[in-house]
Amino acid sequence: MVAAVRESRDAVALQEAAFRPMHAPGRWFWPLFLVLGALVALAAVGYGYQLLSGLWVAGYNDTAFYGIYEANLVAFIGVSYGGALVSAVLRLTNARWRAPVTRMAEGMALVSLLVGAAFAIIHLGRPERIWLLIVSPQAASPIVWDAIAITTYLVATLIFLYLPLIPDMAFARDRLGPSANRLQRVFYRLAAAGWQGTPAQRRSLNWSVGAMAVLIIPLAITVHSVLAWAFSMTSRPGWHSTIFGPYFVIGALYSGVALVIVVVAAFRKAYRLEPYIGLGHFVSLARIMAVLGAVYLYFTFSELLTAAYTASHEEASIVAVLLEGSWAPLFWTFMVGGIFVPLALSLAPATRKVRYLVLAGLLAVVGMWLKRMLITLPPATAPLIGDVWGTVQLTWVAIALTLGATAAIPLGLMILFRFVPILALHEMEEVDAEGAPESAHDRAVAVEGVL
Amino acid sequence: MTVPPDRVDLVELPQAEDPARRMSRRQALLALAAAGSALAAGPLLAPLVQVHGESDPADPTHAGETPLPPRRWAMVIDLRRCDGCKKCTEACQAKHYLPPEQEWIKVYTVRDRTGVEVNIPRLCMHCEDAPCVRVCPVTATFVDRDGLVLVDQDKCIGCRLCMAACPYEARYFNWTEPKVKPPLPTKATPEYPSPQQRGTVGKCVLCVHNIKYGELPYCLEACTMDAIYVGDLDADVATNGTETVRLSTFLSENNAIRLKEELNTKPRVWYIPGHGEDLGW
Repeated sequence: MVAAVRESRDAVALQEAAFRPMHAPGRWFWPLFLVLGALVALAAVGYGYQLLSGLWVAGYNDTAFYGIYEANLVAFIGVSYGGALVSAVLRLTNARWRAPVTRMAEGMALVSLLVGAAFAIIHLGRPERIWLLIVSPQAASPIVWDAIAITTYLVATLIFLYLPLIPDMAFARDRLGPSANRLQRVFYRLAAAGWQGTPAQRRSLNWSVGAMAVLIIPLAITVHSVLAWAFSMTSRPGWHSTIFGPYFVIGALYSGVALVIVVVAAFRKAYRLEPYIGLGHFVSLARIMAVLGAVYLYFTFSELLTAAYTASHEEASIVAVLLEGSWAPLFWTFMVGGIFVPLALSLAPATRKVRYLVLAGLLAVVGMWLKRMLITLPPATAPLIGDVWGTVQLTWVAIALTLGATAAIPLGLMILFRFVPILALHEMEEVDAEGAPESAHDRAVAVEGVL
Repeated sequence: MTVPPDRVDLVELPQAEDPARRMSRRQALLALAAAGSALAAGPLLAPLVQVHGESDPADPTHAGETPLPPRRWAMVIDLRRCDGCKKCTEACQAKHYLPPEQEWIKVYTVRDRTGVEVNIPRLCMHCEDAPCVRVCPVTATFVDRDGLVLVDQDKCIGCRLCMAACPYEARYFNWTEPKVKPPLPTKATPEYPSPQQRGTVGKCVLCVHNIKYGELPYCLEACTMDAIYVGDLDADVATNGTETVRLSTFLSENNAIRLKEELNTKPRVWYIPGHGEDLGW
């Protein structure tokens, strides 16, 4: 009897927490919204200027025809991929502790994918002609593969976010207060898609979510491999590499899990979700991140060794500029700050605190962005004839667009969670009903025991 | 014009009415066509020479003419003669209305592995198996009937993957609105892409707008060293505006090479080394 009362009280508290961003966003919400919105607006101004003046305002020239936009494209789509995969893999492996973080991971996947895909358009010289990709595509072009893969993956990400949302939307629909306006009622009624929680509905929802979790893995791998192939299908030294597909996939996963850590930590703090998301969640995520980071380190080593060893002049010159030439300061910054330090922080017992793990995630995210610059720029500026390297400029337009895109991710998530619950309410209840440990703390401890 | 016995690569041209007259550059390709007919097709090509020659000034529009015969255009650059003066680049830029940074023919001065300094004018190689054509997502870059790689700037979306794919750095992007424009408003075409369009890719068109009609490429016209030859692999002749050579013999006798042969792009541009340069980079 006592247990039942406590359980219902827990359930009410959980419901309140899941919907907290919608009814009580906090005093910081609007100021932060304005700051992030201003950054996005500045990016829009920069893009408008670029449309009027041409791509040179972003620092491009013929000796550096790819650069920061292409790095952003890979980086933002990469983190999206990590978000989707965390959620899919944890579902498939039935990791119980996943339930409170899947919604944020999936939301992050969707928002960062939209931001990343925007760079596919931003980097074009003639964005208004993008429709030609549909009416006269050339199947042999990796950019056509990209377009197909990214749009398919976008649809899949939307479905993957939406399916587990259906019961939560029904919950919201049934509990709208008298103050709710017509628009809200219509929105939640439509979004709930007639969910009544019948056994048949539960069965088909479970099956669909499981199917999507399976489907989204090959899809996400496809997206990032194809993105890598846009580089490696050329004969450029530094890009023409057989490991580029898996190399990009692992890099995407590493940075994606890292950003999940950061996003979960930020919203946990902002919306006081500590009762549901404990240290154990961060420890588990950080361990996944560390494994991926170690694999990425291995790939990087393998790639550089293979390129340098046979001393093919062109390949070796790329390795040389990275290890000891003009790009060396950035490369070693990445190696130390983006790989070794995050790995150490994630694994060392002494730093098993949320703030250190978040720092590790943050370093990995920024480090991987830097690595994408290092993947893009040296081969793009390398001389194919003669020995004069191209030069790159960093312009305010490129910086504004990059900052704006970065700001768009938290902004997009803040907006998203004004409309959908931040915690996967239904999923958490289901997992609990399966007989999981009772509190988040116990869950976290259980997780640590498993790993 | 008699061919010296030691120059088997030179072609004996059909005699003009006045043997002493030096061939004008405008007529060089006419001679090329005539030489082709002399070598292969005989009188079959004779009408072509009349239609496209200056002999028919009444019809500058080429209207009502017989279709042009198919070609396999090729170019040969004799590195023994190139002194790196860059007159080819200047002429190309002036006549295609290009900004200084767009060097459709660019002269690289490189020191090869044997320590010899050599000038290499690099233009579009018009590869038979062109990587840029393969990666274009919207078929904006294409191979024309005569084997030239051209860009339809009305179609280009500006993704620049062709620039990444080109092993010869032959492609340029219009990062800004072209500052230099033709004095008279013209409609740019893939064959004569002037003025260039902002946000699209441009490159050497081998002056197809000239050679198709019996005139020489601008770079060739401007070359004071007679180092640049243009010709047709099918007719097996090439000219530098001064002399006309049997192309296949000219290439084999002089050990002509193509850049980055190992990539199997099959360029239509050959280089004649001659100072023992190692052009393998």
